[in-house]
Amino acid sequence: MSELHSLNVASALKGLRSGAFSSRELTAAYLQRIEQLNPRLNVFLYVAADSALKAATAADKKLSKSRKTKAKLPPLLGLPIAIKDVLTVAGIPATAGSRILEGFVPSYNATSVQRLLDAGAVILGKTNTDEFAMGSSTENSAYGVVRNPWDEERVPGGSSGGSAAAVAAGLAPVALGTDTGGSVRQPAALCGLTGLKTTYGRVSRYGLIAFGSSLDTVGILARSAQDAAILLNVMAGYDPLDATTLESKAPKVKLDGKATVKGLKIGVPKEYFIEGVQAEVAKGVREAIAHLEGLGAQVREISLPHTEYALPVYYIIAPAEASANLARFDGVRYGLRVEDQNLIDMFSRTRGQGFGPEVKRRLMIGTYALSAGYYDAYYGQAQKVRTLIRRDFEQAFEQVDLIAAPATPSTAFRIGAHTGNPLEMYLEDVFTLPASLAGVPGLSLPAGFDHQGLPLSLQLLGPHFSEERLLQVGHAYQQITDWHTMLPMDLLKA
Amino acid sequence: MSPKYQPVIGLEVHAVLETRSKMFCDCPVVDSTHEQPNVAVCPVCAGMPGMLPVVNRSAVDYALRVALALNCEIHNTSIFARKSYFYPDLPKGFQISQYEQPLATKGWVMVETTEGEQRVGIRRVHMEEDTGKLTHVVKDGQRYSLVDLNRSGVPLLEIVTEPELHSVEAARNCAYTLRSILRYLGVNSGNLEKGLLRIEPNISNRPLGILEFATRVEIKNLNSFRSLERAVSYELARQEALVEKGGVVKQQTLGWDDTRGTTVPQRSKEYAEDYRYLPEPDLPPLVVDPAWVEATRAALPELPHAKRRRFIQDYGLSGYDAGVLVAERETAEFFEAVVMAAKVADAKQTANWITGNLFGLMNEAGTSVTDLLFGPADLAKLLDLVATGELNPAGARQVLAELFAKGGKPAQIVKKHGLKQVSDAKLLRNWVAKALDGNPEQVADYAAGNQPVFNWLFGQVMQTSKGKANPNRLRAELERQLAERSPEGGIR
Ligand SMILES: [Zn+2]
Repeated sequence: MSELHSLNVASALKGLRSGAFSSRELTAAYLQRIEQLNPRLNVFLYVAADSALKAATAADKKLSKSRKTKAKLPPLLGLPIAIKDVLTVAGIPATAGSRILEGFVPSYNATSVQRLLDAGAVILGKTNTDEFAMGSSTENSAYGVVRNPWDEERVPGGSSGGSAAAVAAGLAPVALGTDTGGSVRQPAALCGLTGLKTTYGRVSRYGLIAFGSSLDTVGILARSAQDAAILLNVMAGYDPLDATTLESKAPKVKLDGKATVKGLKIGVPKEYFIEGVQAEVAKGVREAIAHLEGLGAQVREISLPHTEYALPVYYIIAPAEASANLARFDGVRYGLRVEDQNLIDMFSRTRGQGFGPEVKRRLMIGTYALSAGYYDAYYGQAQKVRTLIRRDFEQAFEQVDLIAAPATPSTAFRIGAHTGNPLEMYLEDVFTLPASLAGVPGLSLPAGFDHQGLPLSLQLLGPHFSEERLLQVGHAYQQITDWHTMLPMDLLKA
Repeated sequence: MSPKYQPVIGLEVHAVLETRSKMFCDCPVVDSTHEQPNVAVCPVCAGMPGMLPVVNRSAVDYALRVALALNCEIHNTSIFARKSYFYPDLPKGFQISQYEQPLATKGWVMVETTEGEQRVGIRRVHMEEDTGKLTHVVKDGQRYSLVDLNRSGVPLLEIVTEPELHSVEAARNCAYTLRSILRYLGVNSGNLEKGLLRIEPNISNRPLGILEFATRVEIKNLNSFRSLERAVSYELARQEALVEKGGVVKQQTLGWDDTRGTTVPQRSKEYAEDYRYLPEPDLPPLVVDPAWVEATRAALPELPHAKRRRFIQDYGLSGYDAGVLVAERETAEFFEAVVMAAKVADAKQTANWITGNLFGLMNEAGTSVTDLLFGPADLAKLLDLVATGELNPAGARQVLAELFAKGGKPAQIVKKHGLKQVSDAKLLRNWVAKALDGNPEQVADYAAGNQPVFNWLFGQVMQTSKGKANPNRLRAELERQLAERSPEGGIR
């Protein structure tokens, strides 16, 4: 029983179905581990212990009944899960890692969360994040930095650092994150996890506290491609509450092993192997690509010529959208309000005290970029270049099926290493931003360790709505490697 | 107005699209002047975190109707945009509107002016959402504001005319015509007091002979057509006086103080004037395909301008009468139904009765055609009775008054009150003879040349007949008998 927290989704579901353990036992095991490790790692902002146990008990009733009646069960029945605190869960506080939402309890479930609940999942709680998902380390959280379970002096990445650390540390078998510019793929890479960024429009954004609306996607931090596929199948598809979701019914992802890699054309973009990339990181990626070649993939070098513009384009478009999205936090209706004599002062003081420095920085950049007289030069121009970046990918995917590249320029960095220099921090996302701007899906896969024992990662990118292929290749890779099974559980015993 | 200047006026009209639900959520559209505050609110229209807008297709359909009725070019793809400013009645901190690519542009509307019909350009028609409403209160010496979000997210249509109106009358008529079209299309009830229709004129005075426009001001808060006229007149005069004194007109937004009859500078609602427009990333471009446009066009009702022209042509009505009848779709339809149902009465008589007697009764009672207790067939029957001489106009007015007050059937009312007109020659002869016998002095006066006495005598006989005498026959009989009795033996 003591090893329940190290199960992945597939085996946890199997155990629940067979009655090897109950959802209550499984949930309690995670809650106990959270109680034990959360003070050290600062992963959870809110632990929903009571409601989780209640939901688990209800799931157990259904599970035991179905063992007699053989009734069909919801796919995730009894499975505990953690939710990044930018996705709303009705009745549970939502902070988005910000002081400005202090005390806010939403009355509605995000569609992604609702679909998990409908599938029988048990919500353990809300995980820490960079404020409004703006960051690459969780150091921008108003509620303190998350520690990387592989090395507690290092960041877990961000902004979904809480969700990544939760899964890596065995505080949850799987977690939801969001990816606007790399916020699922990068923390997955730094924490040795499988991280899926979905195609823009594949999973509803309803209930996702918006950062950059044209970039925000819901993603999954898991211990295997298979686990990610199980969750994706539950969440994907058209949502009448999100006008940007795809209309058709999302196909269910089926994983059928090695066969799918044979003959697959994989492109390796030369622009992703540049100066500044940690040698071990590049080497790890090359080795992983060699493994795929060994499975029958045809590998060739390709070019994504506008890659270098992704960073400046992203840092105009995302802040511009954020400057409008975050205008609603004005102290009038919910969250923090700092009273003052008149309206404008109340707005200013509320926002001045409610937002942290990185959020303010981006709101100022975004406001500036949208100002009369500057719009064309900044936002307008950025949209044009974004089209070129999207075209890069379209042209690449005419030649190859998938792209393989590093997810990050380095392995997990030390807490505080980049906090004095925002630009240095922004460079952490240089390999994840282009896919976000193009709206295509991406998958981070564990690919070994550097000399310090920190996880290495391979990033796979595919055309729009190619999650199935990404996960199939990831699954095939995980059939011949065991990096994804290595977790820092032992490190955390001390 | 001095002939030194030409008024240059354009209108910006905001019309609530009276759909069942709001522009971007499922909340019902309620009467926010009557409903309890915040009863029609959900997380979307309250701007809660993580909420997304979804376009109400029915609002697009309404907007499309208006754009087509205003002869606009429809853009098959239009874009929603965020218009940002901070104010407590704007929950998201931005209003979703259309900016660079609106639903429709380049239309026109025909407007009656003293110089005849004028074609006034429509610059654009676009969709947006309404804001909430603030109520400022003072309690225990504390001043604060209450926010009601019932109106937040209600669909609005903005119609902008070209500044091509050159008189107060033209501006008023243009506004009235737009209101009439909106009502014909069933998208807006045209109520200015409740703010369902908001008309904001922009006004400048251009020195005659100069091509460039002068600085313009905008006026808001006009809650009746009367205040629209007064505000425009006032502003034209104010600007002229100012310029004559060597002053300069400042570009600004003014409010209208109806009690004092003056325009007043408005407290600026927005902190910044830069709205930082951003294409709304949560909404894909709005695509209105040609089939949708054509289906909507085909389903448009006959509009007031076309209807008026047809009434003049087909029924021989005067331009004025036709205009009055078509101002409201229900009135026009009522008129035509009466004409169809009438067997004897003609269209002109019908128009006269409706615009005269019936409108009189409705104005007095403050009701409209839709409130009538009788149908067009009943009025047709009544007018037929008049046309065939079975009922005289006085009797008919009495019947109409009863129909209006209680409803019923004209023939029965005539019977009940014995109003049937008397044309019987023998009876009329006796009534006249009796009246003349009883008033020899007046008969003598008349004979001496005092003509007005005729009308007095006519009234006497009418009274005797209890108003039922056929007036034409009575007049003839009275003339005949008076002539008989005159000393000249009938030769006057
Ligand atoms: Zn609503």
